[in-house]
Amino acid sequence: MAALTRPFRRRFLKRGRAGADAEPVGQIQAGVSRPRQTPVEIAPNDPLLAYLQAASEAVDVDALDLDSPALRELKEAGVKLAVPLVSQGELIGVLNLGARLSEQDYSSDDRKLLDNLAAQAAPALRVGQLVREQEAEAATRQRFEQELEVARLIQQNFLPKELPDLPGWQVAAYYRPAREVGGDFYDVIPLSDGRVAFVVGDVTDKGVPAALVMSATRSVLRASAQRLIEPGVVLERVNEHLCPDMPEKMFVTCLYGVLDPATGLLRFANAGHDLPYVKTADGVVELRARGMPLGLMPGMDYEEKEAVLQPGESVLLHSDGVVEAHDPNRDMFGFPRLKETVAGAPGGQELIDRVLADLDAFTGPGSEQEDDITMVTLQRTGGGATRAPSRNGRLLAHFELASRPGNEREAIARVEEAVAGLELGEARVQRLKTAVGEATMNAMEHGSQYRDDRPVAIRVLQADDSLVVEVTDRGGLAELAAPETPNLEAKLAGEQKPRGWGLFLIEKMVDEARVTGEGGQRTLQLVLRLQGGDDGDT
Amino acid sequence: MATRELEVQVRQRGDVSIVDLTGDVDSSAEAALQRGYDEAAASGGPVVLNFAGADYINSTGIALIVGLLAQARARDVQITACGLSDHYREIFEITRLADFMTIADNEDGAVSGAEGSNHA
Repeated sequence: MAALTRPFRRRFLKRGRAGADAEPVGQIQAGVSRPRQTPVEIAPNDPLLAYLQAASEAVDVDALDLDSPALRELKEAGVKLAVPLVSQGELIGVLNLGARLSEQDYSSDDRKLLDNLAAQAAPALRVGQLVREQEAEAATRQRFEQELEVARLIQQNFLPKELPDLPGWQVAAYYRPAREVGGDFYDVIPLSDGRVAFVVGDVTDKGVPAALVMSATRSVLRASAQRLIEPGVVLERVNEHLCPDMPEKMFVTCLYGVLDPATGLLRFANAGHDLPYVKTADGVVELRARGMPLGLMPGMDYEEKEAVLQPGESVLLHSDGVVEAHDPNRDMFGFPRLKETVAGAPGGQELIDRVLADLDAFTGPGSEQEDDITMVTLQRTGGGATRAPSRNGRLLAHFELASRPGNEREAIARVEEAVAGLELGEARVQRLKTAVGEATMNAMEHGSQYRDDRPVAIRVLQADDSLVVEVTDRGGLAELAAPETPNLEAKLAGEQKPRGWGLFLIEKMVDEARVTGEGGQRTLQLVLRLQGGDDGDT
Repeated sequence: MATRELEVQVRQRGDVSIVDLTGDVDSSAEAALQRGYDEAAASGGPVVLNFAGADYINSTGIALIVGLLAQARARDVQITACGLSDHYREIFEITRLADFMTIADNEDGAVSGAEGSNHA
């Protein structure tokens, strides 16, 4: 009887007068002289159940001797005859009869009649029970499906409708909800300065509650992303917003990164989410940054890190639905397998396709997806012709500076530090410093218009035979005037403004200076040849 | 590299006014530079700009010096520069400022040169 299921037991728990109950009738009590309408509860482990099921004919209650609480109750209720209703070998009800009104015992004819009645009534009763059960189940299922549909709608409504087209980059995303819609989400947020924010997150819990928390998280993230530059500060702000209203035992893991498409600089912070993988020429590495999930407690700090994606490199942001998928033996897909797949694929959409193929092969055919699966990939496809010196270069420094007057001094100091090991000679270092200062000022003033939210990015690269300093601003591609030789006579005569020396100086200070632009970015490349560079000569 | 706002001191050596520039010659130097020049030029003699204490000169600083040079030419005031590092001397040559003002190796040379040309 251990296998008794709840629906079975429920049939013996019907209350109220026989026949007056709208639910399937479990026990019909008839002819009881002292009408007592409360049916007797028969516990699933009561030996009476086994006895009735095996009896398959009317049972004389008074003659029974079982250690059965239900039997005692039946006797107390004045039940004389218990007629088991058995359908397909399963006890589905009991017909309980009290003493005959005539006060005679039940005759063998009576019993035969009752057994015949029971044999015919049982299947009919079973059909009735099944219909009721199915109706109830259908209603529950429908409510559940409707809820899932709502959750699905919320989720899908908040996923990006399209991905940005970034020159030199391939961006791909994939989202496949589990049947019970988890709380996964991703977002791609173009920022006003040409950079792009990438988000992959996962809300604990499933269904509508998770979907609602997800939509709230996404909205706060979007708003904060536009206002704040530092990824760590963005997550800090989102956490503060979410904490007061977060349902108990729910939280959100989230990876937030901001990519500068012009330079490949990715700054990121992580609120307890699975670590992204970067495929580099030297192997697959994880992007680590510490931080607690969002919505757990206020006042959290989020570590901020940065990485530079070189041409050919790619990043995979993913949700735990990938690594926590199980095979038929309940083994998990796991991080090592995912890392291996990342190592073997070039990146972009192809990486997503390979992960899905590996995952399907692992979980086996026809298996139901356990959790949402979300992936976002960023692949730097190539530098473009203008970036040729960067391709094989060794990155000596990469940093961003807020566009504030005077910050060119910081740029000069950091570039000087970065090239300290190259033995350029004092004169060339001085010229480089002046060129970097002028290029940075130009970028901050004319490109970024000294706006705090438009930082200037600087990369220092050592190629085979040259040193390259790239200064990138977000001026929306305002044309850079061609450096003309300033007319000093006209300036001295007051016919021209005394200014206008920056680009001229830059060109004179380095071996080559060129301007490139793509996607709202403008980069000034300063090139110093490393071979044959003499010292002190103009 | 910390920024250092330009400090300007003017002193006389004979007829020659020496303007000692200490700090950064950039956009923040405009007022101080103009004040120093006005004070030096008021004496009517040659002016020597002493860059020995100026560690940083950028294009805005060059523009300010061009501005001073234009004022000096309009009033026929002779300007000499001294104390420039090799690098900034190169920049004065590249920008052709050196064509319109004498670049002296040091202060003494600047003073004697200025006196000489003034008396000539």
